[in-house]
Amino acid sequence: MTRQTKSMSTPLAQARGLGSAKSGLNHWWHQRVSAVAMVGLVSWMVFLVLSLAGADYETALNVVSHPAHAAVVVLFIAVGLWHASLGLQVVLEDYVANEGVRLIAILAVKMAASVIAVLSILSVLKVAL
Amino acid sequence: MAQFTLPRNSKVTKGTHHPAKDGAQNTRTFTIYRWSPEDDKNPRLDSFEIDLDECGPMVLDALIKIKNEMDSSLTFRRSCREGICGSCSMNIDGSNTLACLKSIDEVKGDVNIYPLPHMPVVKDLVPDLTHAYAQLTSVEPWLKTETPAPEGRERKQSPEEREKIDGLWECVLCFSCTTSCPSYWWNGDRYLGPAVLLQAYRWIADSRDEYKGERLDALEDPFRLYRCHTIMNCAKTCPKGLNPGKAIGEIKKLMVQRQG
Repeated sequence: MTRQTKSMSTPLAQARGLGSAKSGLNHWWHQRVSAVAMVGLVSWMVFLVLSLAGADYETALNVVSHPAHAAVVVLFIAVGLWHASLGLQVVLEDYVANEGVRLIAILAVKMAASVIAVLSILSVLKVAL
Repeated sequence: MAQFTLPRNSKVTKGTHHPAKDGAQNTRTFTIYRWSPEDDKNPRLDSFEIDLDECGPMVLDALIKIKNEMDSSLTFRRSCREGICGSCSMNIDGSNTLACLKSIDEVKGDVNIYPLPHMPVVKDLVPDLTHAYAQLTSVEPWLKTETPAPEGRERKQSPEEREKIDGLWECVLCFSCTTSCPSYWWNGDRYLGPAVLLQAYRWIADSRDEYKGERLDALEDPFRLYRCHTIMNCAKTCPKGLNPGKAIGEIKKLMVQRQG
């Protein structure tokens, strides 16, 4: 346990702490829903990448420019990074005990995921539009 | 950050060996964690050779024999010796269980006994469960109602409703599950742990209780409930064969269900 400092407050006061955050369900639920979505998106992506094996740049551009493929690639990037940042947040909450470090690390993950998502999606749109 | 090595004053050293009496035929060695707050020494592992022909069948019998005949300073909790009080929970042969329900025959080789993992130790095999008990109190594990009980009668429950708390009421609060849970090890200050969450669900699932919503409100928290990552050590280790992981899953389902 991480409880190391001896406090004079009662055990019940320590157990109750600051009370329930009244959140957590959304994070948990979105992680599950995005996982399910990723099953279909990853399958599509694997199929798409395999079908382009050995193809030249022009062919690849043409295929990815198709609205259906472009939509799946954009969704894959968005949902994948969303799922990854939700998952990394759980890892950080599990293992980083220092609250300040934890908060900064979680914000950094979210920022990185957002930047990667925007850059990747813009790149897809650039070739697809 | 998680600690990966023990602090210097927690490193476990080799202790004293207590051989069996001469002429013992059927012996087994019990290696037991010892630590006392009364001196500044590190924890040690004492070994005791037990004549199984002169000992009851359970690990608790051996511990009582050691205390009576070999080393009266050995400290452990025990009471009912039949798996109903939950006092003698400890780590035996690598998993948390009740010493009174664990037969010596089940263990191959030396019997290694430690206190429940990752709790402060009071002495030898006695862990400090103060925080875990306080967490239990925090979920208010009693029937809460506004409607008064029918005059001179009990609150009724159909057999089907009663069945819903089977697999929950049997918990003896030994905290074997909670102390086997890595999530509780890392975040036990805020995560309630499997034993307390199973107790919380025992009251949520009780048809007579009128405070389900408030109970769910109090649990909806990234740390109190959602630190459970279905590792399932809890169900694997429970000496009563219960499944706290499933109870936690039911709480999570109700959280989704009440969203509409």
